[in-house]
Amino acid sequence: MGRYVIRRLLQMVPVFFGATLLIFLMVNVMGDPIAGLCGERQCDPATAAQLRKEFGLDKPLWQQYATYMGNVFTGDFGTAFNGQEVTELMAEAFPVTIRLTLVAIFFEIVIGISLGVVTGLRRGRPVDSGVLLLTLVVISVPTFVTGLLLQLLLGYEWDIIDPSVSTDARLGELIVPGLVLASVSLAYVTRLTRTSIAENSRADYVRTAKAKGLPRGRVIRKHLLRNSLIPVVTFIGTDIGALMGGAIVTERIFNIHGVGYQLYQGILRQNTQTVVGFVSVLVIVFLVANLLVDLLYAVLDPRIRYA
Amino acid sequence: MRGATHAKWAACAIAVALAAAACGGGSDSGGSGADGIVSSSWGDPQNPLEPANTNEVQGGKVLAMIFRGLKHYDPRTGEAKDMLAESIETKDSVNFTITVKPGWKFSNGETVTAKSFVDAWNYGADLRNNQRNAYFFGYIEGYEQVHPEKGRPSAQTMSGLKVTGDRTFTVKLSQKFSTWPDTLGYAAFAPLPRAFFDDHDAWLAKPVGNGPYLVDSYARGSQMSLRRWDEYNGPDKAQNGGIDLKVYTDNNTAYTDLIAGNLDLVDDVPASQLRNVEADLGDRYINTPAGIIQTLAFPYYDKAWNTPDGAKVRTGLSMAINRKQITDTIFQQTRTPAKDWTSPVLGEEGGFDPTLCGKACEYDPAEAKRLIAEGGGLPGGRITLTYNADTGSHKDWIDAVCNSIKNALGDDRACVGNPIGTFADFRNQITQSKMPGPFRAGWQMDYPLIQNFLQPLYYTNASSNDGKWSNKKFDDLVDKANAEADPATAVETFKEAEKVVRDEMAAIPLWYQNGSAGYSERVSNVALNPFSVPVYEEIKVN
Repeated sequence: MGRYVIRRLLQMVPVFFGATLLIFLMVNVMGDPIAGLCGERQCDPATAAQLRKEFGLDKPLWQQYATYMGNVFTGDFGTAFNGQEVTELMAEAFPVTIRLTLVAIFFEIVIGISLGVVTGLRRGRPVDSGVLLLTLVVISVPTFVTGLLLQLLLGYEWDIIDPSVSTDARLGELIVPGLVLASVSLAYVTRLTRTSIAENSRADYVRTAKAKGLPRGRVIRKHLLRNSLIPVVTFIGTDIGALMGGAIVTERIFNIHGVGYQLYQGILRQNTQTVVGFVSVLVIVFLVANLLVDLLYAVLDPRIRYA
Repeated sequence: MRGATHAKWAACAIAVALAAAACGGGSDSGGSGADGIVSSSWGDPQNPLEPANTNEVQGGKVLAMIFRGLKHYDPRTGEAKDMLAESIETKDSVNFTITVKPGWKFSNGETVTAKSFVDAWNYGADLRNNQRNAYFFGYIEGYEQVHPEKGRPSAQTMSGLKVTGDRTFTVKLSQKFSTWPDTLGYAAFAPLPRAFFDDHDAWLAKPVGNGPYLVDSYARGSQMSLRRWDEYNGPDKAQNGGIDLKVYTDNNTAYTDLIAGNLDLVDDVPASQLRNVEADLGDRYINTPAGIIQTLAFPYYDKAWNTPDGAKVRTGLSMAINRKQITDTIFQQTRTPAKDWTSPVLGEEGGFDPTLCGKACEYDPAEAKRLIAEGGGLPGGRITLTYNADTGSHKDWIDAVCNSIKNALGDDRACVGNPIGTFADFRNQITQSKMPGPFRAGWQMDYPLIQNFLQPLYYTNASSNDGKWSNKKFDDLVDKANAEADPATAVETFKEAEKVVRDEMAAIPLWYQNGSAGYSERVSNVALNPFSVPVYEEIKVN
């Protein structure tokens, strides 16, 4: 187990460097970001040169990358164009997005798995067909449509929520955005759970458990659910990274100043420091989430062991 | 028994979530609360907030609230009126003697003196401070020494600026510029307190100025709270308790917040909402002309566009664009078809002339076709219109312009749009002179002078002459106009220069842009100034 974890951690190193290098190159291919800093007019050459020097853009690319990575290991992610430290931006943005992601994951787990269990146990009944139809609708409608629609209905027509999330982004304000963010994954979780439950409910060990006279609830929770959750856990685990990075649309609609917003601004302004910094952290989140998922397998199914 | 604990835990979690929802949903997080505070939408300023470093509207809004300069542009007429200036005197349009009014203070208690101006201007011009608006000081003698085009600065202060008394200083320009005092209302010329130089970081975190508002708190990237400064003794005291500027990720969300009653003021109604805005807001929707003009510029560095008969082709293209139809259908009349190269906010006295472009700006497909054929046809048989696709719904109107040209010429291949992903990349390709054909050019005035619509854009090698157009006759007329002592004669001479632009069709004027804003029932007396920035200090809370 310990060796497995160490091996996995070591594997992360090249992935991390590769990913950051790729992002670094991609942002740089877009050209000189200083050009956009002076608005519709051209920066005067002397000021432009000075700014380029300040942001280290006058050096060759490999040197920029080396300096950047060197700084990253001392915890310095550079400075955004508006003079703010990228670490400062991260300290503002990540807590908000993590909160949003947690709300989304919470919905995925609670609603997704319960619906999955209910439909899996009642295959072919009206509930099953109804939920199936619903998930189909949710999957096929793009997030921004769901988001804008909910915002307009709940926020304006019925006046249940505020259309936009305030700066503090309290948990309560994030419920609707979290639901929107989770919606598509939630539908997938429902379907995955349903299939898995449906399959396992006919398994021998479930029949045995029932035959032993165990209460129905215990059979479902301890025997059926535990075995059926392995694919679902994989999905939710990998979804953590996807949700954090993919929050751009949701965050824009609901005015949430999180990672998605900062990334969007960074890309628009071609701010290498912001984009690379945020993406690096997202890469790490993604890798760690994947590792945790793999380790969770062993907990759910003790037969799976890591040497 | 373990099952029971689990269920309890889940029930608690749901209860907590619901409770949180209840506190989040109902209460007024919109800030449209007590004490006459107005909440307004805002965008994250692109650069650090300093007077000489702010060149976009969002940062400019704040500067307009917390600073007052020597001159101030009248929010309605755009006329430059004395604010802190007691007098600005000159005999030769080169040497100016400026006297600052007594009794002005910064909100931290420091007195505004002649030195506050001279220090601020020297700071703004100094290359080492990276100020993006440094070129505003380019007319002052000694600018080249503090801001050389190459190498290190050889001086720290401009030789043309001298403090001669507590409240007086002299300015020597490097060339004649009779209307120079009228440029002094621009934010870059604001005075700065000692605190700015002593602790720069602290100042940036919470700017201190001498205007009707002071910064109460500033959370970068999310919100700035400005409050009325009660000791402000200028003529334009704030009529409300303060302004909360809130950063929105998307102006559509800001608009939804406005109609839901969570926000008082939106000063940028998104194009997609223009259709509903009358129904949603009625007379609480403002749509007034601003000093902004959209044009199509040409790459004169490209031989294909710099031909002797090129003016005919360009004039033909201009006549092939149905401006009225596009401004009506795409912009819902928030733009006005252009009739010259300036802006209606200048007024006819200031140099706006609705007859100047004349026929060349009228839609006339037959004449367009004839002129283009006479000028040798479109270079390469078709034109490519380049624009940035990230903001401002540019794609919509570029496509419309293209279609208009295609229809007029009866050639389906005549025009194609060329989107570029980001504004930065778009600017990048422009500065590298890589435009494959005509490209989008927008100009927002810095100060309401006809000079500002012509010189920076069409003078040889001027800062925003992106197409590298060059014309000796035009340059001479501009020089002559700047040297004119009488402002009225200067304006007339500038109009002569503008006629050169017209005859050569240096750039195709498309339309004047309006400022559009909407406000809630809570507030009244809302107006936009000629820079399309709300006149915050006049807003009243009902």
